[in-house]
Formats: sequence, C-alpha cells, structure tokens
Amino acid sequence: MSVTSSDSPAASELAASPPRRRRKLQAWEWAPYVFISPFFILFLVFGLFPLLFSMWLAFQTWDPSTGLQGMEWVGIENFKFVLEDDWFQKSLYNTFWIAIVSGLPQHLVAIPLAYFAHTYLRKHRNAVVGVYFLPFITSTVAIALVWNSLFSRDFGVINMALTSIGNFSIAGLHPLAWLFPTTNVDWAQPQYTKWMISSLVFWRYVGWNTVLYLSALQTIPRDLYEAATIDGASSRQQFWHITVPLLRPMMFFAVTLTIIGNLQLFEEPFIITGGTGGINQAGKTAAMHMYNTAFVDSDFGTASAVAWILFVIIGLMTWANNKFFAQKD
Amino acid sequence: MAAVRKRVSPSRWLAYVIVALGGVIMLAPFWFMFVFATHTNTEILSVPPPLWFGTAFIENVRLLIEKLPFFWRNLGLSFFIAFSVTVLNLFFCSLAGYAFAMYHFKFRESLFAVIMATMMLPAFIFMIPTVLIMSAIGWMNEAKALIVPGACGAFGIFMMRQFIGTAIPKELVEAARIDGCSEFGIFWRIVLPLVTPALGSLGLITFIGTWNNFAGPLVIMRDMDMFTVPLALRALQGTGQVPWGAISAGSAIAVLPLMVLFVIASRRLIEGLTSGAVKG
Repeated sequence: MSVTSSDSPAASELAASPPRRRRKLQAWEWAPYVFISPFFILFLVFGLFPLLFSMWLAFQTWDPSTGLQGMEWVGIENFKFVLEDDWFQKSLYNTFWIAIVSGLPQHLVAIPLAYFAHTYLRKHRNAVVGVYFLPFITSTVAIALVWNSLFSRDFGVINMALTSIGNFSIAGLHPLAWLFPTTNVDWAQPQYTKWMISSLVFWRYVGWNTVLYLSALQTIPRDLYEAATIDGASSRQQFWHITVPLLRPMMFFAVTLTIIGNLQLFEEPFIITGGTGGINQAGKTAAMHMYNTAFVDSDFGTASAVAWILFVIIGLMTWANNKFFAQKD
Repeated sequence: MAAVRKRVSPSRWLAYVIVALGGVIMLAPFWFMFVFATHTNTEILSVPPPLWFGTAFIENVRLLIEKLPFFWRNLGLSFFIAFSVTVLNLFFCSLAGYAFAMYHFKFRESLFAVIMATMMLPAFIFMIPTVLIMSAIGWMNEAKALIVPGACGAFGIFMMRQFIGTAIPKELVEAARIDGCSEFGIFWRIVLPLVTPALGSLGLITFIGTWNNFAGPLVIMRDMDMFTVPLALRALQGTGQVPWGAISAGSAIAVLPLMVLFVIASRRLIEGLTSGAVKG
C-alpha cells in the first residue's frame, strides 16, 4: 500500500544535525487530506477556475474565433444588454411559465399519491411507486423525441385521444366539445408549445417528488395517527392536521429542487423544439437562450452574463421559497 | 392490523382507480415507444396509429444505422463513458466520504461545507468556461473531457459519508490500525467491502445520470463518431421526412438498458436517492 507511512527513524536520526523542530506527522493525520484531494484538485481545475473565468468573461466582449487578444472589457454593458433584450425577457417568461405549469401540479399530485401509497398500499407499494418513478431515470432525449411523435398533429396519439373525447356524442349532442378539441391540435404552434413541454416535465418529475414525499412520510411516527384515531379524528382531518404540517420540511426541500431544476430547463425544450426554440421562440427557455448566445451566435461574453443573471434569479427564487416556508414556523 | 380484512370504502376504490389510471399514463409513452419501434413509418403515420407490436423492428434498426452510421460505436462510447465515470466516482467518493466520516482533521467541517456548496451551483454556469478550458488543453471531441471532470461528484461524497458514518463502527478502524494496517489498507480491505450496498446505489445513480447526460456531450463532442447515444438520437431530428420508426427504435435501445437496471434494482435505487434527503 503506497499510502502507508514508512517510518524510518534511523534515517531521520542520521540526518539530525539541525534540532528536530516538528514531530513527524502520523499517517492518520495526513491521510484524510490525501483521500479528499481528488475532489478538490478536480474542483480547482474544472470548477473554481471556470467559474471565475466565466465571471470575468461576463464583463468582456469576445468572439472566441479572434483568440484571447480579441477580448475587450465592456464593464456592465453585457448585463445591461441582456436585461433590456426582448429575447431574453421572452425566454425568461417562457421559463417561468413552464416552471409553474409543470412544477405546481407535480407537488399537488405527488403529495396525495405518496400519502395514498404510504397509507393504503402495502405489498404493491414499490411496484406502484416504481411505475411513477420510471420516467425519471430514462433518457430525456429519447423520451422527448417520443413526445414529439405522441403530440404530432396528424397522427399523434394525444390528438387522437383528445379529439375522440371532444367528438364524443350522445344522441347527436357533443357534451364535451366545449372543453376538448374536436379537430387535431398543432402543438408546434406558439400558444401550445409550452403546454407540450410542461407535460413532459410534469411526467418526468412527478414520480421523483412522490419518492421524496414517501421517504418523508416514513419518518412520521405511527403513534401520532393512532392517538388521533383514538381522539376521533377522521382520516381527512389526520391528513390536514398531521401529515401536511409534518411534511413541511420535505415540501420545502422538494419545492426548492423543483425551482432550481425548472428554472434551468434545457434538454426538454431543446429537443421538443428541435433546438430552435420553436415558432416565434415560444418554447425557448433562459438556459437555451444562454446556449444559443454562446454556441450559435459565438457571443461568449453576453452568454456568460445571461448565465450569471439566471444564477441570481435562481438564488432569489430559492431565497423567496425559503422565506415562504419559514414564516409560519 | 393487517390481519383484519376491512371493507374498502367507495372513496378508496376511486383512489385505487385514479392511481392505476395514472400508472397507465406514466407507462403509455414507453408503450408507444416500443410499439412504434416495430412499425414502418407508413404504419405509424396511419390514423389511428398502431397500438400493438408490428414486425418492422429490424428494418427500423437498419434505417437507424443508415442515418447514424456510428450508432453502435455511439452506444459503446456511452457505455465506456458511463462505466468509467461510475468506477471513478465509486472509488474517489467513497475514499473522500470515508475521510470525512472517520477522521478528525483540521478544516474538516469547512472543507465539507465547500463540497456541499458546489452542489448548489447550477450546471449550466460551467458550460461556457468548460468548453473554453477543454479547447485550451486540446480535449475537445474526446471522451476524457466528459470523464475526468465528472470523476468525483459532491453528491457521491455526501452519500458515502452518510453511509460510512452510520454503518462502520470507529472501533473497527482503530483495531485495524493497531494491528498495523495502513490507512489506505483499512479503507480498501475493511471499509469498502462493508459499504457495497451504498456503492450499488451510488453506482446506479451515477451510471444513469452519465448515460442520460445531454448538455455535456452537446458542447464537447463535434464529430458523429464521438457522439454519445442521446446526442446521436438528437441528430435524427432534421428537416424533411422524420424517420419515426428509426427514432423510436433508437430511443428504445437507449432506454432499455436503464429500464433493465431499474427493474433489477428499483428498491435500492429509490432508497439510495432518498437516503440523503431523509438523513440530511
């Protein structure tokens, strides 16, 4: 074992002309530093340095094809430009739209589902939760491509299902036609693209949230429910007065993850819109805007500014979420 | 309480039905992916679309290879990258997690806090500078640009520290030390064999995450022969006639290994994913 300290007192005593100032370090004193060093070496090279570089880049104007000499300090011009840029604002609007429409239902479904699985499913709990969790582990790209075919205007299964509900008729009447489409929807149209992306995001992450809530439910002591039952509380009352309050810490954690994840959405809109952002950029998120600015327009300075602005927005939203969940405690 | 068979109320029946219907919706996209993978484009484009398996799988794969001549190589590269990242993470993360769980050393808490803080940083913020670094050191379009930076993740260190801290008694480590085992020897020969369940969870999480990674390869890989599977599939999207059968076949091939892994180890995976959330 190479990490063994090879204590060789003889050698050190032979060379002991200057008085020994420090005692020799024992292996268990320096070993932990060696053991954790891979992370820090990698982080310095591929984490901290890039981070500082990107911060610096946000204040430069630079087309990488001109080499490092082509860099020019422009101060906060990039930030001003980005914040006033209509396309950035639009991408931010899209990001929030998708984040809310896909994010909120995730939790509204995951909490009752986890509660149901925890309370009423015994033998089949893992199978049921596994089914809901499966989308989370599968390749976003693969499934986003499948999404495109399911939502396709002319042959999409989703369209087929929706129109058959819309055209459902009893005695010549179409009772659901006011709510459901009666002809196929073109989901690539700007007013629908975000719905399509949101449905994919919801589908992918609802099971993940269910697993999070399930793990929190398992830590709630059973006696609480038994005591409540003895006191005559109905199961609805138990849900609202025991389960929901004790789930608060996990709600905070899970909602934080959703906020952080949804504000960074990239792959789902990228694949669904074929990398273009869709007609009229209706499906372009802020992270996609950053990618396009850097790798399509070759404007690395502005793109870095976009990244840092988005970072600040995510930080603010996380902070606001923190405040929201902390205030009632 | 389980022994007594209670009557199930109608509202609970309704809940069972809703949960089951939801499950069908969750599985439906996979169903159509596999079904479409076995049909020709004409069959898929017919109305109504096919709901049951056809016979065109081989043809779709041939079409896939025609469009993506390096698909098998892409698949192999994806395996190589995901496998390498997983092995490196298992080694480095458990080593670091062991150090944080079992040693007392100066700056331990603050160094650990730094590692946790890096988890908060969104991945996209590294996208641009990483590309610049990789071009500067000449790693663009190479697998090592995806393997090396991901060789030791913060989440893995956190997870292994939690697990080693609760699963391994400190006396065991001290006894081994007194017996003259080297520090690394204690980790390699005593600690590591005892934490194989956690290694299994972390390995699965890392493998799946790396296999599905899209943004990383998107900015690093330039040539089709160096594409990973998600990137290759994305290249099927183009103008003109979309080869839905080939896309479905490729997606099915990309997703199937993960589904198999998941079915084998779903319980462990779910527990591993949530252990941090519960304890932390």
